[in-house]
Amino acid sequence: MTNSEKNRLKDKAFQVFGVFCTFIGLIVLAVFLFDIAIEGFSRIDWDFLTSLPSRRASRAGILTAWVGTLWILVLTAIIAFPLGVSAGIYLEEYSKKNRWTNFLEINISNLAGVPSIIYGLLGLEIFVRQMRLGGSLLAGALTLSLLILPIIIVTTREAIKAVPRSIRDGSFALGASKWQTVWNQVLPASFGGILTGIILSLSRAVGEAAPLIVIGALAYVPFTPDSPLDEFTVLPIQIFNWTSRPQAEFLTNAAGAIIVLLAITFLLNGIAVYLRNRQQRKVKW
Amino acid sequence: MNKKTTKLEAKELNAYYGDFHALKNINIAMEEKNVTAFIGPSGCGKSTFLRTFNRMNDYIDGFRTEGDILLDGRDIYAKDVRVDELRKEVGMVFQKPNPFPKSIFENVVYGLRIQGIKKKAVLEEAAEKSLRRSALWEEVKDKMDKSALALSGGQQQRLCIARALAISPSVLLMDEPASALDPLSTAKIEELIYELKNEYTIVIVTHNMQQAGRVSDHTAFFYMGELVEFSKTKTMFTSPQDNRTQNYITGRFG
Ligand SMILES: Nc1ncnc2c1ncn2[C@@H]1O[C@H](COP(=O)(O)OP(=O)(O)OP(=O)(O)O)[C@@H](O)[C@H]1O
Ligand SMILES: [Mg+2]
Repeated sequence: MTNSEKNRLKDKAFQVFGVFCTFIGLIVLAVFLFDIAIEGFSRIDWDFLTSLPSRRASRAGILTAWVGTLWILVLTAIIAFPLGVSAGIYLEEYSKKNRWTNFLEINISNLAGVPSIIYGLLGLEIFVRQMRLGGSLLAGALTLSLLILPIIIVTTREAIKAVPRSIRDGSFALGASKWQTVWNQVLPASFGGILTGIILSLSRAVGEAAPLIVIGALAYVPFTPDSPLDEFTVLPIQIFNWTSRPQAEFLTNAAGAIIVLLAITFLLNGIAVYLRNRQQRKVKW
Repeated sequence: MNKKTTKLEAKELNAYYGDFHALKNINIAMEEKNVTAFIGPSGCGKSTFLRTFNRMNDYIDGFRTEGDILLDGRDIYAKDVRVDELRKEVGMVFQKPNPFPKSIFENVVYGLRIQGIKKKAVLEEAAEKSLRRSALWEEVKDKMDKSALALSGGQQQRLCIARALAISPSVLLMDEPASALDPLSTAKIEELIYELKNEYTIVIVTHNMQQAGRVSDHTAFFYMGELVEFSKTKTMFTSPQDNRTQNYITGRFG
């Protein structure tokens, strides 16, 4: 074999390997989805979506769980959106570049990598115990807000950074203040990107069970919450609970709940992708 | 000849980016309703100097000035000067057209909106007036609600001029306003400058000697942060006093 033949073979070999690597994640996911779908789809009906939890698998539904998930979703968005976006704006537009802000930036990136259960413990101490919120929706949403705040801050900064300097200069040169420039130019131009980041981070929050279990969200809640101070459960906790039961019927229930949870996350991700594409099409600098 | 008034003046101006000494002891006085061209090799400090007149350098970390910049005899770096008020007087047009990603109308009236003007009639009148002055009205009057990004580069640059004129400045700073444009658009901009100097004091940075010759009354030649020569444009191009000026305008370096 000549040298060039050898090289060509290596090239080919890597290509095959690369394709394998690319598809391995997708294949595993597809197998999993297929499995879940076969098991769970037949379980999903109107009763399943509108029934309270029950000890009897065939009568148990996910009403409290998906309502709790929606509550958490909305509350977390309301809390995390203004905080994260404001922090991102401050860091990108206002803060002077010095050692202190450098330190802040590095640590915010680090926070994005902290395991979610640690946030659960933090929430348990601050919100549940110190602020006496108990295992309420509010405590859960605050905890999840902490969890996704770093992601929102980072994506907000990325989106803001993508707005060219020349737009800011143009605004300043017409007598606009920094705030006017941020409000009238930078935010509208980067809003699609910011929203995308927020939705993606919310879709992560929706899938979390661990931190909510730590703060004391219950698996069995016999009513749907009416206010942010009520106790709650969410889909991931319900799923976790059902999969740990020995009876096979509960596993079927879990599969049904997983399909609903996945539908919510895929919907959120779909919205995010749509917004991002629209933004890219709309704004060409 | 009527009496000339000084509009813009720099006195013993030094400017620094951190440790870098970008402008060195500059003294210059520019007359009202006159076009002054700044020329010189790349990196000699033309843009830096131009941007001190509306304090656009304020946003650069580590930038500082010594000495005075006077507008109508008032020091614009004095403590009581409000930058937004200054920029109503001193408008700026950039090298690359930078329309906002908004409608043509919103681009023109942006400076007025910033000042809190909301009356539709006032805004519409100002928009038409500025667009007429920047010779763009006929081309855009039927599509004021369309995105400004859909205009050609030359139209965008005239829109940026209209945007600057809308807040009625008395000075117009232009940093290579035609360097990103095709020859036809460039000619239009030059024509426009010629028109505008009846009402405005204009300072234009250019790399194009012919352009400086065509549009300006006075020319300032900068070299490595120094103002080497400042005189009537005709004088400068026919009998430059300094060797470096001579070399530059005859194209021996730069
Ligand atoms: N933000 C900055 N920070 C540090 N140095 C800078 C900055 N901006 C410009 N300079 C330096 O200041 C000097 C003058 O720059 P300036 O942009 O004023 O030159 P110019 O004459 O406009 O050049 P050109 O013709 O290429 O536009 C250059 O040496 C440049 O490297
Ligand atoms: Mg320049």
